[in-house]
Amino acid sequence: MHNEYMPYLSEIKEVIKHTDIEYTFRITYEGAVKPGQFFEVSIPKYGEAPISVSGINNGIIDLTIRRVGKVTNEVFERYVGDKLFLRGPYGNGFDVENYKNKELVIVAGGTGLSPVRGVVEYFSEHPQEVKKLILIAGFKTPKDILFLEDFERWNKKAEVILTVDQAEEDSTYQVGLVTEYIPKLSLKNVEEAVAVVVGPPAMMRFTTQKLLKTGFLEQNIWISQERKMSCGIGKCGHCKVNDTYICLDGPVFNFTKGR
Amino acid sequence: MGFYFTKDGMNAVLKRLMDEYLVYAPIRMIGGGAFSDTNSVRYGQISKISDIIFNQKSEYSFKEILLPLSQTLFFFTEDQVKEAEAPKKGAIIFLRSCDLHAVKRLDEIYLRNGFEDYYYKRLRENVKFILLGCQNPFENCFCVDMQTNTIDTYDASIEQAGDGYVMDNHCNAWESLLSSHCLNQQDVQPSHVTETGVHVKIPDGLSIDAANSKMWDEYDDRCINCGRCNFVCPTCTCFTMQDIFYTDNGKVGERRRVAASCMVDGYTDVAGGGSYRKKNGQRMRFRVLHKVYDYKERFGYHMCVGCGRCDDICPEYISFSHCINKLESVVKEVGDNNA
Ligand SMILES: Cc1cc2nc3c(=O)[nH]c(=O)nc-3n(C[C@H](O)[C@H](O)[C@H](O)COP(=O)(O)OP(=O)(O)OC[C@H]3O[C@@H](n4cnc5c(N)ncnc54)[C@H](O)[C@@H]3O)c2cc1C
Ligand code: SF4
Ligand code: SF4
Ligand code: FES
Repeated sequence: MHNEYMPYLSEIKEVIKHTDIEYTFRITYEGAVKPGQFFEVSIPKYGEAPISVSGINNGIIDLTIRRVGKVTNEVFERYVGDKLFLRGPYGNGFDVENYKNKELVIVAGGTGLSPVRGVVEYFSEHPQEVKKLILIAGFKTPKDILFLEDFERWNKKAEVILTVDQAEEDSTYQVGLVTEYIPKLSLKNVEEAVAVVVGPPAMMRFTTQKLLKTGFLEQNIWISQERKMSCGIGKCGHCKVNDTYICLDGPVFNFTKGR
Repeated sequence: MGFYFTKDGMNAVLKRLMDEYLVYAPIRMIGGGAFSDTNSVRYGQISKISDIIFNQKSEYSFKEILLPLSQTLFFFTEDQVKEAEAPKKGAIIFLRSCDLHAVKRLDEIYLRNGFEDYYYKRLRENVKFILLGCQNPFENCFCVDMQTNTIDTYDASIEQAGDGYVMDNHCNAWESLLSSHCLNQQDVQPSHVTETGVHVKIPDGLSIDAANSKMWDEYDDRCINCGRCNFVCPTCTCFTMQDIFYTDNGKVGERRRVAASCMVDGYTDVAGGGSYRKKNGQRMRFRVLHKVYDYKERFGYHMCVGCGRCDDICPEYISFSHCINKLESVVKEVGDNNA
């Protein structure tokens, strides 16, 4: 009988600082994991926090963490060579099969980019597996941009729209909400195109509305939902919405179910 | 096989069972009632058959035996974890039909929904259930309408009969023990309730649209979100993980899980100060629809077993069964809004 609550140790191999409060921790993990899945990261005395994988590489996973409270503050006290406790991966994650041979539009708001980053990576490494890859990523201001170095790489393989809500006059970034770009997308057949939307609740609401208005079909839209979680494994009840457990049945939902 | 025992015979059986099991049953706690100056009936360990309170409903259910209010999962230092040991003895739980139906709900979540729960399973595997027959319903019970008034998956049943006790036994391992201490063998059918004072009707056509009804608003002010209705409910299973350490600067501590309530503040809080279901009426809606609607959508049968404990305990006299009975007009109301 397996004890799912017992965490195991993982070593921090590299820390990438995106902003003052958002770092990516590259840590050791052996085993299968999909983009969109999450781990329960813990530090004894401080507790656990669910964190999505933002990157997957042989024996290494990336966790991009925003410093907001008890556990995440303490994670930020750790550096290369230090250890974190993990359990997981949990949740369904994104199934890249759903997007193969389609025109794929990924819309990410802020830290919402982390859970889909693995999907962007996958198709930028296997460009022949999609008809088209478009990434629209929105951040509040230029200094909130995450994964800046990745954008240069992705730019070569995909159509990338990097936009900020607001910037200084002389900024080189495009200014505008992610939703503004959706009607202008050049898609061959919007009714067969697929979209993935991840970000804060309001951003996801407006973005999905815009996609539908532009002609995307409900069943071709996927979203990832965040809710308070304590166990991550269908027991504690905190993540339950109607008859759905976000931690088990999600966090990724087809829009027909996750609305 | 059925048996009749004298009090002494029954106590001899219990004594033997206590070698192997901790034995839990509803017992009287002096001065511990829901309303001050009352004595409450709660679950606790017994040592003799007369400790059991046969003629009253227990205020809290048996569930804390399988899901302790606070349960240590493991001990930790900064870089090591050590699993908490399992209790050495198994347990016998005396409980009523509705509560034995509730065990099925606990099993659904803790053994089946997604992952198997290690801590629950290791207790559960060593628990035996002895059914307390019900001759009469208690106040607020509505088991008949929830179809939880009868059950045959018990290990044994017991009821008072004159100065002694009758038992129906399903557990092979106990057969010879019971035969050797009984006064005689006889056919025994555990009593069950066939009519209750309270009735509920869960309307057909109930859907998640019921969440949009105005009816829930009435609970915004009436309910004081104390969470007692969750804590007494034999089918509520929520918890929150918690780390504690033994001394302020020490590096040694434990991770626990502690019973949680969807009625109490903080249950859904997320980063940035966000929280879902801020109003008490919305929490009431979440609890009620879980008990009599969406649990069934997921698992195929209702979660609520009709024990009425939430009605018994509420300090604001909020009645869950009345609320269920309002759902009929809620279905009409949201139907009209949609039309
Ligand atoms: C499936 C999932 C994936 C997530 N992925 C990431 C990720 O990749 N990177 C990241 O930085 N964060 C992610 N989060 C959010 C992260 O889990 C919370 O920020 C974290 O739990 C806060 O813990 P804390 O102890 O540091 O803060 P606390 O001191 O516990 O709380 C600080 C604030 O965060 C809130 N909070 C507590 N738990 C959660 C929660 N589960 N979700 C949201 N807010 C919460 C509290 O209510 C409070 O307002 C994810 C959450 C979920 C459910
Ligand atoms: S319904 Fe009653 S028992 Fe439940 S939280 Fe509200 S006031 Fe407390
Ligand atoms: S909801 Fe109330 S009546 Fe139903 S099982 Fe829980 S405590 Fe008993
Ligand atoms: S996080 Fe505990 S049930 Fe989903």
